[in-house]
Amino acid sequence: MIHTLVGDIPRQEFMLSGHNGCQGCGPALAVRHLIKISGPEAIIVIPASCWSIISGVEPFHSLKTVVLHCPFPSAAATGAGIKTGLEAVGDMRTQVIVLAGDGATFDIGLQGLSGVAERNEDIIYVCYDNEAYMNTGTQRSSASPYGSLSTTTPAPAAKSSPKKDIMKIVEAHEVPYAATANIAYPGDLLAKMRRAMQVKGFRFLHIFTPCMQGWGSPIEHTVKLARLAVLTRLFPLYEVENGEHYRLSYIPEEYLPVQAYLEGQKRFSSLQEAELAQMQKRIDRAWRALCQKAGVDPVIPPPKA
Amino acid sequence: MKSKLLNGNEAAALAVKLARAQVVCAYPITPQTSLVESIAGMCARGDFPGEFVNVESEYSALAYTIGASYAGARAFTATSSQGLAYMHELLHWAAGARLPIVMVNASRALGAPWSLEPDQLDSLAQRDTGWLQFYCADVQEILDTIIFSFRLVEETGIPCMVVYDGFVLSHTHEVVELPGQEQADAFLPAPPGRTALRTDRPQNIQAVTDYRYVSRVLQRRHRDMLKVPALIQSLAQEYADIFGRNYPLVETYRWEGAKWEETEAVIVAVGSAAQTVKSALPSFSGQGDKMGLLRIRLFRPLPKKEIISLLAQPRIKKVVIIDRDLSAGTGGIFAQELRAVLQGSPFQGDIYELNLAGGVDLTPNLLHRGLAALDRGGDDDGSGIIWGVDLQ
Repeated sequence: MIHTLVGDIPRQEFMLSGHNGCQGCGPALAVRHLIKISGPEAIIVIPASCWSIISGVEPFHSLKTVVLHCPFPSAAATGAGIKTGLEAVGDMRTQVIVLAGDGATFDIGLQGLSGVAERNEDIIYVCYDNEAYMNTGTQRSSASPYGSLSTTTPAPAAKSSPKKDIMKIVEAHEVPYAATANIAYPGDLLAKMRRAMQVKGFRFLHIFTPCMQGWGSPIEHTVKLARLAVLTRLFPLYEVENGEHYRLSYIPEEYLPVQAYLEGQKRFSSLQEAELAQMQKRIDRAWRALCQKAGVDPVIPPPKA
Repeated sequence: MKSKLLNGNEAAALAVKLARAQVVCAYPITPQTSLVESIAGMCARGDFPGEFVNVESEYSALAYTIGASYAGARAFTATSSQGLAYMHELLHWAAGARLPIVMVNASRALGAPWSLEPDQLDSLAQRDTGWLQFYCADVQEILDTIIFSFRLVEETGIPCMVVYDGFVLSHTHEVVELPGQEQADAFLPAPPGRTALRTDRPQNIQAVTDYRYVSRVLQRRHRDMLKVPALIQSLAQEYADIFGRNYPLVETYRWEGAKWEETEAVIVAVGSAAQTVKSALPSFSGQGDKMGLLRIRLFRPLPKKEIISLLAQPRIKKVVIIDRDLSAGTGGIFAQELRAVLQGSPFQGDIYELNLAGGVDLTPNLLHRGLAALDRGGDDDGSGIIWGVDLQ
């Protein structure tokens, strides 16, 4: 079953206090965990995103590692170029980790991501997904969910298209390793990062990282919302090897309607009954499809009386 | 050294091999394609010292090259036209990051409409990105300039674009003196190796910063750019000692028996057009004008001092600038640049523009017609420009 024990988390920190994340920042928490596994010798490549700021404004630096910033759409190719360059100068060991937000991954960097995945470049690509352009004040991205409000999908014109399924796109490239992870399940997140560090070739981690500023929720709800996304099956935890071997990391024991997750998020405040039903239908359908791929019982238990 | 029949793209590929480039990353585009294919072929045969990666776009090609260069590898890419325009954002980034990248651009018109003609606006539109720019006039010069540029970028930390006319040079065969590997090695030191991305201490590279830092970075880049002409001249001597060919910043030419000191009218040309002018010059010898050719080889940085000393002479009454590009609403880019350089200099003659925008092929006939039009008082449309093709 899923690793949730805090005891699994190494004590050594490679992220410093005093970073530039907002209060309750999901992406900051994700990287604090990830970097415990990748350690100080990895090279981290960051395109324009929240982490452009969280890593520190010159001359400050919040990570005890090398961070290289690069233009918005270029992170995947830059990371792959670094890896090839390192090998050309005789360094076969150093890991290169791209750390990109959903905008840089789902939208403007998608072509480059597909390129490195198809060529099976030997890098780890981490997408920390907070479901909109949060660094610039909450504009919709193609990772924004159906029915959500943003400054470019303001009320009453909430986003009318569903969230892009980035995992399906990456899986279609038959990459050696792809997994979803979530800051509410740090044990699982660390285990997946460990696995990613061991695999050769292209590795992709899609990490769910709530943004309290953008979602309109209290700052103490980051982890709670992240957990509810998994418990409502909105963001299932799973991993895929070579595009065919699916493994569910966690199967919620109870059926929890998506409403439990949506409550308390201002971005969903304009959601109507019919839209809510539409959203639930989509979640149930995606869950069944995923269970089928993983070869587990797709039956969704009815809600408890 | 041996002689070989090569076209521009083949010569470029062999130059990259002789320079022992460690990472070549590119996306094929006409007319650069056969360069990339040559390198891919050498790689496949185990006859190339580095890695070749064919990526999914020009944008990623330069991003990949930037990554490889950051890691300390000697890195090369090549493109043309739309591909170079697609790289634009990263051209700025590579220059700002002071990466020693060498790039080839085989000139080709930018759309719309689609065209494969050798208009030079593609690279000229990148003049403010902070890259060095050479414009080559023949296939031998392509080979030599690429080898030379790898040394230049590693000494200056300024990336370099080697430009040559698409098809006219990329696909035309000439006899080329192919240097031996030991000559290239004598001129080029071993690649610099791991420098920037050292993991033995934390760094936050190209992190967000403020105007003071950015201003200082830009001033340093400007200052270092200004030092380049003198550096090129000293490296060119070293190159000549090893390879036997010495390339100036700007080339002057008159036909046999004529001295530059007697020149009264100068045609300024770039790239392969300069070869046409050279071959046509003797036919002007009986027409009164004592004409000479000035070929601009280094465009960024523009060797202002050399240009002024050659053109700002009381005897030079007329300068005709040939552009194969157009900044619509303003005119040819070389003409703009030359006017700016001569402004405030002792030059007192008239400046004329012959514009071949769209990649108009410069024939001796066209040159004769253009110059005759100038003698009649210039253009008919009031633009101050003689066009290579009539509008009607």
